[in-house]
Amino acid sequence: MKIIISAAAESIDAEVDQRFGRSANLILVDTESLDWESFRNPGMAASGGAGVKAAQFVAGLDPDAVISGDFGPNAYEALLAADISMYIFNERVNTIRSVVKEFKKGDLIAVSSPTSAGKHGS
Amino acid sequence: MIIAVASGKGGTGKTTVATSLARSLDVQGASLLFLDADVEAPNSHLFLKPEIEHTRDVGVRIPEVNQEICSLCGKCAEVCQYHAIAVLGKKVLVFPQLCHSCGSCTLMCPEGAISEKQNVIGVLEHGPAQDGFRYFRGVMNVGEPMALPIVRLLKQWAGESDESQVVVIDAPPGTSCPMVEAVCGADFLLLVTEPTPFGLHDLKLALQIAAKFTIPVGVIINRDGLGYQGVDEFCAEAGLSIIIRIPFDRSIAEGTARGRTLLDIYPSYKTAFQNLFKEISNYGVGSRWPRP
Repeated sequence: MKIIISAAAESIDAEVDQRFGRSANLILVDTESLDWESFRNPGMAASGGAGVKAAQFVAGLDPDAVISGDFGPNAYEALLAADISMYIFNERVNTIRSVVKEFKKGDLIAVSSPTSAGKHGS
Repeated sequence: MIIAVASGKGGTGKTTVATSLARSLDVQGASLLFLDADVEAPNSHLFLKPEIEHTRDVGVRIPEVNQEICSLCGKCAEVCQYHAIAVLGKKVLVFPQLCHSCGSCTLMCPEGAISEKQNVIGVLEHGPAQDGFRYFRGVMNVGEPMALPIVRLLKQWAGESDESQVVVIDAPPGTSCPMVEAVCGADFLLLVTEPTPFGLHDLKLALQIAAKFTIPVGVIINRDGLGYQGVDEFCAEAGLSIIIRIPFDRSIAEGTARGRTLLDIYPSYKTAFQNLFKEISNYGVGSRWPRP
């Protein structure tokens, strides 16, 4: 399975970033081989619509799931349209590696609605 | 003569000053216009008690995609600087609250699949204030994030002012786009601040906006006497006039909480604001900012 996790740095041993749209990096991990690849999150520096921009980028990588600390309403709607499952971190995760472990154990909670209100403003 | 009252920091007393100024002016009802441009939380009506006679919706244009014609090419999403339109899976999604109504997606769509529809984000209101002058305000709908189009249309609706008219604009707090839109074109910028580090910090930000427009500015210190000297020191050093000091006074707090303007609480403010206006009209007060 291919999953994408929001990360604070460019490594599978990096700490997680709680934000989805504005995380520094997005790390694509193969849950079986643990092969990984890091991408700069194009949403990070967006002046607005970060969640949508990140979601579009993620959709282009065609993962089975995306895992982060928080999905706002726009990111949620965009990822839902792209048919990508969303999961949120639990309190046991700190690095990307530990997220993969928790995900494989089935210990992460799937998201079925936005996990926060919008952060956009004028 | 357009006088904008702004602050940088919210809650410093913009509306207290703007409404007191308007009520102090002895100009003919038709020649005075009051614009409440703080569209996220307009509350000048509590002091000016207008009778609203006219209203109109504020609509912005947002794209509507005909999914049957759309080829999912993604040009609309590519050209959108605000990520208000996205192609995901087999669908084009529109996020109305991110849209700035620029029309680029409509223009760039090679299939002609995008048309535009009105999205109502607020309302404008107009009618005579209790004192007889013309009162306008904009009100943004709850949940909408973009105040600027409402401020812009509010100013358009109030119309071009001629020299004989006096326009008092109660600007939104902050120094982001809606505040810039509200003060743009003003002849004088009254900056209300308070003697706190936060008040000083945001006063400096508001001055940066004034500098962009080279509007003459004057400073009003509200809640004067809190003990912090930073604002006074900064103004003295920068050569900024402090035009009126409103003391930190329980009677003023109680009065404004009951919808009374400063001149209802202390009648001497009427003269103070009239003098302020006279001096602004003669440019005898206020400072060109930045200083030449």
